[in-house]
Amino acid sequence: MSVKVSMKVNGKPASAELEARTLLVTFIRENLRLTGTHVGCDTAQCGACTVLMNGRAIKSCSIVAMQAEGADIMTIEGVARPDGTLHPMQQAFKENHGLQCGFCTPGMVMNALDFAKSHPNPSEKEVRESLEGNLCRCTGYHNIVKSIMAGARAMGGKI
Amino acid sequence: MNAPLIGARIQRKEDYRFLTGAGQYTDDVAFPRQSHAAFLRSPHAHAKLGKVSIDKAKAAPGVLAVYTGTDLAAAKVGGLPCGWLITDVNGQPMKEPPYPALAQGKVRHVGERVAVVIAETAAQARDAAELIEVDYEVLPAVTDGTRAKGGSALHEIAPDNTCYVWALGDKGAVDAAFAKAAHVTRLEFVNNRLIPNAIEPRSANASYSRAEDGYTLYVASQNPHVERLLMTAFVLGLPENKVRVVSPDVGGGFGSKIYLYPEDVVVTWASKQLNRPVKWTSDRSEAFLSDAHGRDHVTVAELALDKSGKFLAMRVRTTANLGAYLSTFASCVPTILYATLLAGQYTTPLIHCEVTAVFTNTTPVDAYRGAGRPEATYVVERLVETAARELKLDPVEIRRRNFIKTFPYQTPVALCYDTGNYEATLSAALDLADVGGFQKRKEESLKRGKLRGIGYACYIEACGIAPSNVAGSLGARAGLFEAGEIRVHPTGTVTVFTGSHSHGQGHETTFAQVVADRLGLAIEGVEIVHGDTSKILFGMGTYGSRSLAVGGTAIVKALDKIVAKGKKIAAHLMEAAEADIEYDRGVFKVAGTDKQKAFGEVAFAAYVPHNYPLDKLEPGLNENAFYDPTNFTFPAGTYVCEVEVDRDTGATEIVSFTAVDDFGKVINPMIVEGQVHGGLTQGIGQALSEGCRYDDSGQLLTGSLADYSIPHASDVPTFKVDTRETPCTHNPLGVKGCGEAGAIGAPPAVMNAITDALGVKDLAMPATAQTVWRSLQKKAA
Repeated sequence: MSVKVSMKVNGKPASAELEARTLLVTFIRENLRLTGTHVGCDTAQCGACTVLMNGRAIKSCSIVAMQAEGADIMTIEGVARPDGTLHPMQQAFKENHGLQCGFCTPGMVMNALDFAKSHPNPSEKEVRESLEGNLCRCTGYHNIVKSIMAGARAMGGKI
Repeated sequence: MNAPLIGARIQRKEDYRFLTGAGQYTDDVAFPRQSHAAFLRSPHAHAKLGKVSIDKAKAAPGVLAVYTGTDLAAAKVGGLPCGWLITDVNGQPMKEPPYPALAQGKVRHVGERVAVVIAETAAQARDAAELIEVDYEVLPAVTDGTRAKGGSALHEIAPDNTCYVWALGDKGAVDAAFAKAAHVTRLEFVNNRLIPNAIEPRSANASYSRAEDGYTLYVASQNPHVERLLMTAFVLGLPENKVRVVSPDVGGGFGSKIYLYPEDVVVTWASKQLNRPVKWTSDRSEAFLSDAHGRDHVTVAELALDKSGKFLAMRVRTTANLGAYLSTFASCVPTILYATLLAGQYTTPLIHCEVTAVFTNTTPVDAYRGAGRPEATYVVERLVETAARELKLDPVEIRRRNFIKTFPYQTPVALCYDTGNYEATLSAALDLADVGGFQKRKEESLKRGKLRGIGYACYIEACGIAPSNVAGSLGARAGLFEAGEIRVHPTGTVTVFTGSHSHGQGHETTFAQVVADRLGLAIEGVEIVHGDTSKILFGMGTYGSRSLAVGGTAIVKALDKIVAKGKKIAAHLMEAAEADIEYDRGVFKVAGTDKQKAFGEVAFAAYVPHNYPLDKLEPGLNENAFYDPTNFTFPAGTYVCEVEVDRDTGATEIVSFTAVDDFGKVINPMIVEGQVHGGLTQGIGQALSEGCRYDDSGQLLTGSLADYSIPHASDVPTFKVDTRETPCTHNPLGVKGCGEAGAIGAPPAVMNAITDALGVKDLAMPATAQTVWRSLQKKAA
């Protein structure tokens, strides 16, 4: 069964005829070719597929695309300023060496954006708890935690 | 004048693309007319393979082809080779059973590939794979290495499931030393099997061009040239010049992406059969079943000491579980990379190690971050700590009494340490960890109902495995050098090609720092290229913390050639003798005069050779170099771990972790610290939460991230890390390597801390809350 799905992705309208079972992440990666959103597991543990749906961080591997009908989706490709300048959270990851292989990074940043809205000055413990749904195998989290604390302060509660 | 780049915390050049979603990993690559592969995998650990019925799958929507082992055999696709031949105690070669890319006749572990379906979409390929019917005659399985010998034979060539029995050291002398020792400390333990779990799953995408009769394979690999060599020369029988292997951005490796895997072979072969690009990307469940696992040793270890705590001899017997087949470097991990490290930082004069390597009905085991060295360090540092407790000596003092203090030092297990200063890292770690305040913290913890323990590990590792001829005499079937090329452009900017591969290590930055510093150029003018056999002359890739020590040195050698040629050009331009030209931070000068030419001017002259010694010198400024090290490098350090154990639940919290490492010269401290944090976390994972489990029938019980627990952010502390520098004596950068240290030193430090907190001699890894709680109950009873 195929269905027509329409949504806004990074501010632009996006639609396609899809098999009903198509995951949101598959639509983003395969149909829109926005390959910054990654798939690292099949049990919703790793968080590499995290995007913002209507401003909230969700795992795009865990919903089908048609559940996002009419939604406003932001992926990692939509985070930097239009001129390419890094967003303060991205900049904080760069300055604090919050990434190594880069594969979990988009999910980390997307999750951090949502978290920082409500935590403009988070504690280390709060940041670590906020990462319950995001796995990194490279950094030992040390510098990711530093990055998110710095990024959240720079954001001042606003994406 | 540029600020010094060596030792500077330069932010990474590669970060922008990763932070904006512009990284390009293998699964992100899509060719026109792309097709997709799905593998049907064995649900049984050990079975005879009967009829494989593929008709329904072939007729399913979108399916282009279905292949089985029979098809590959008919096409004369060879088995996967093993890259290291171990010779056993009787002088016989190890048993090397065939390792077919798709099962032939038998399946030997759950997850082994039985058939491949190729379809228009990945979903269609997976749907069709479920339509394949396979007749299995299930056989008894063996998963425990210590029971392999009496188990049902996996391979005809090894009826007792033994690949080899291998030994190192003087057994007679060791036994004699034990016979007259004042004290013997003995431990029996398992070094738990680990599943690497790089967050990017493996992926391979092959395309074939009839016009060129050539292949391009994108693959998530740590060493694209090795992948190409093994695949062309040993498996597919193709000329290397017809195969281009590209490893673009790779999302972590930790060893698991070193090897040639069956899936890579199958998609490459199939791309020609179908004349279509074929892509396969592992899902996490497949990764658990098919990525090479790590560790899995069962060991009896003994340390003989005199009354004063001086080590007299060490005796180690290990059974190493290699899994169902020999993965690419499986055979050298529990031997060459293990027994040779058993001296640790100590003067133990006599060491004997015997290793029995066995086949079992489990996923193949190979090198995983540290590879043999974590297993050796666990033996040494658990023994040393336990001996100190038994002799009622301070665990720091017993280490100091046995430290190697003069270098070079020849160990009784083949290695010769070039340099080190173990007291420096130990005393720095004690200070940074505030060991003096431990007793007070312990009392404070007790008031909160928590048991606090402290544990140490003084590790050593051997990195940059070398030299090639020595390794060759020990069974290596590959070279261990590295290659580099410096291409200076006419405007004076530089592209560097390295055979090393970066999959998180930050080579694009660290290597650029080295080159920019040596040439005295701005770092923005230096670009590092890696991971493509069509661009890079050759390479052995990245493993064993070798990239900077071996790959970086190849680059330095090429830089020296650039400067030497530049001097010739500059001498001509300034009408001076070549011997009078000095190169200093971007400028060629005539010694003792104010005459000079900038690097860019010399580069320009090399490419626009109007005023140029064409009769004596070729135009252009492009040099390459190969470097084969004369010895390993020997990073070392001290780790101090403090834990708090909850007496009611057994939950263990790492409350403090201090690491002081000696990596030799540090190029970028920010990147080095990051490597340490990551290594420590994987080591802590081994100690506290990661443990691969099979049931008796060979089913993997820990087959998802829900069942196999890799550390989360809340499982680890903020680390205290520092370095001390004793430069490596045999490479020009003085560097040793930092990628694996954390994973090597952390497990014994954590387990020494937990056993200290509990007051028990030993505890099995992973020390989960349940394991710790049971230990507490047993002690209370």
